[in-house]
Amino acid sequence: MTDQFEPTIIGFTCNWCSYRAADLAGTARMKYAPNVRLIRLMCSGRLDPTFVLRALSGGADGVMITGCHPGECHYIEQNYKALRRFLLLRRVLTGLGIEPERVKLVWASAAEGAKFAAETTTFVEEIRKLGPLCWGKDEDGRMKDDEDIGNSSIKTHPSSFEKEVPA
Amino acid sequence: MTHVKPKFAMYWAASCGGCEIAVLNTHEKILDVDANFDVVFWPVAMDAKYKDVEAMEDGSILLTLFNGGIRNDENEHIAKLLRQKSKILVAFGSCACEGCIPGLANLSPVGEIVHTAFNTISTDNPHEIYPRTSYDVPEGELHIPKLEKTLRPLDHVVDVDYYMPGCPPESHQIAAVLDLVIDVLHGRATLPPKGSTIGVGNSTVCDECPRARNVKLIKEFKRIQDIAPADPDLCLLEQGIPCNGPATCSGCNARCPQAGAQCIGCYGPAQGVTDYGARLITAFSSVIDATTPEEIERILDGIPDPTGQVYRFSLPASLLMANREAFKAK
Ligand code: SF4
Ligand code: SF4
Ligand code: SF4
Repeated sequence: MTDQFEPTIIGFTCNWCSYRAADLAGTARMKYAPNVRLIRLMCSGRLDPTFVLRALSGGADGVMITGCHPGECHYIEQNYKALRRFLLLRRVLTGLGIEPERVKLVWASAAEGAKFAAETTTFVEEIRKLGPLCWGKDEDGRMKDDEDIGNSSIKTHPSSFEKEVPA
Repeated sequence: MTHVKPKFAMYWAASCGGCEIAVLNTHEKILDVDANFDVVFWPVAMDAKYKDVEAMEDGSILLTLFNGGIRNDENEHIAKLLRQKSKILVAFGSCACEGCIPGLANLSPVGEIVHTAFNTISTDNPHEIYPRTSYDVPEGELHIPKLEKTLRPLDHVVDVDYYMPGCPPESHQIAAVLDLVIDVLHGRATLPPKGSTIGVGNSTVCDECPRARNVKLIKEFKRIQDIAPADPDLCLLEQGIPCNGPATCSGCNARCPQAGAQCIGCYGPAQGVTDYGARLITAFSSVIDATTPEEIERILDGIPDPTGQVYRFSLPASLLMANREAFKAK
């Protein structure tokens, strides 16, 4: 039994390239981190940012989106759509206080089983370093005092509501 | 025995008061409220005390329009009280439905909010006096409500029967809903299923917008005040102005784009939209004319506050915020 944090990662793969890359990694018995649960989409262009938010709000610590290399999409250029959504989504997550590194985009062709395996392992390590995506809560289910959340970059005024009114 | 009119209440929690004004703005329709209802509680329009409401029988108020989000313990108390006393509880306006502008404060710790309000350069507070939740005076102990750490939409605190979005809801929509309730009272109509969003259209703002859409792609996002003047007939999004119309529920007759401003999303998510921001991310991405990460990032730099842009009215009700433990009612 180790205390090492095992991140939960949801991976969205496209049917044509990256899912086959994952398949290849499997049939070739390549070793890679077992933390990713794959969900197959027909195309990375099908990736609605809602899926990513749903995964993160449902307990995932990170989300990996994979698709065919630029120029090799089976639906012509839907993977560029995925790229644009991904880049804007990262900005929105940053504004919400979520590390944008928790969402990653990887291009992998059907032949790149080794790349898929290596990228997965690297991502798991990166998320392990970030730690679990948790919001912090106290006994009655509310968020902890901001001071308790730790490395919060925002300084909280210590004496709100408490300061004595000078006589 | 004389005929007893059904009871009506309206309340404001964390809100700006605009929703109340919108109801008064229904002009002569307001007389129908008076003709058909016995107004028992409505702080902006009449004097009544909480204890009057507490004394009412459970379920004795037929219709309560509740506006404002839940920001302090008083808001929560009154929300629970009015839920208990009301047959039909309507989350009225964007604040009650999805948190709205006051909900943007969820991005900041409560201490910082108080600090900003009471001790910044705009506030002369040399002795750093902050409000306290209780204070002893000769007459007894005074209490002021305690701020909670986050603002919650009404349905995170109590069960809600209907949702009526808008910041504020349009007067013609309010009038239509009042008409419906009055028709129900007279047996001429039936209520929609519980949980329905009422007083809205069933499409998006784009659908009501007269501007032409030509599937034009953009190389730059711009603020509307920085292009002079915007083409009055072409879709604003296609002119590079981030317009929230594609994700927003219809019902306002595309009021803002018609007047030359972009839709900022006050009517909340259109039907079938799970997360308002996610839908807008998709909509904005689809007009970007670029395929390299560098070029896309450059174009995205034109949206200075993407989080505020896509969640201006719906942050507390968004997928991620909704699942924060902090939002779960006890
Ligand atoms: S929804 Fe808009 S108009 Fe209504 S109370 Fe909130 S901020 Fe004011
Ligand atoms: S994006 Fe805005 S301007 Fe364009 S059609 Fe939709 S509502 Fe109208
Ligand atoms: S156009 Fe958009 S922001 Fe303007 S009133 Fe309609 S929904 Fe609200």
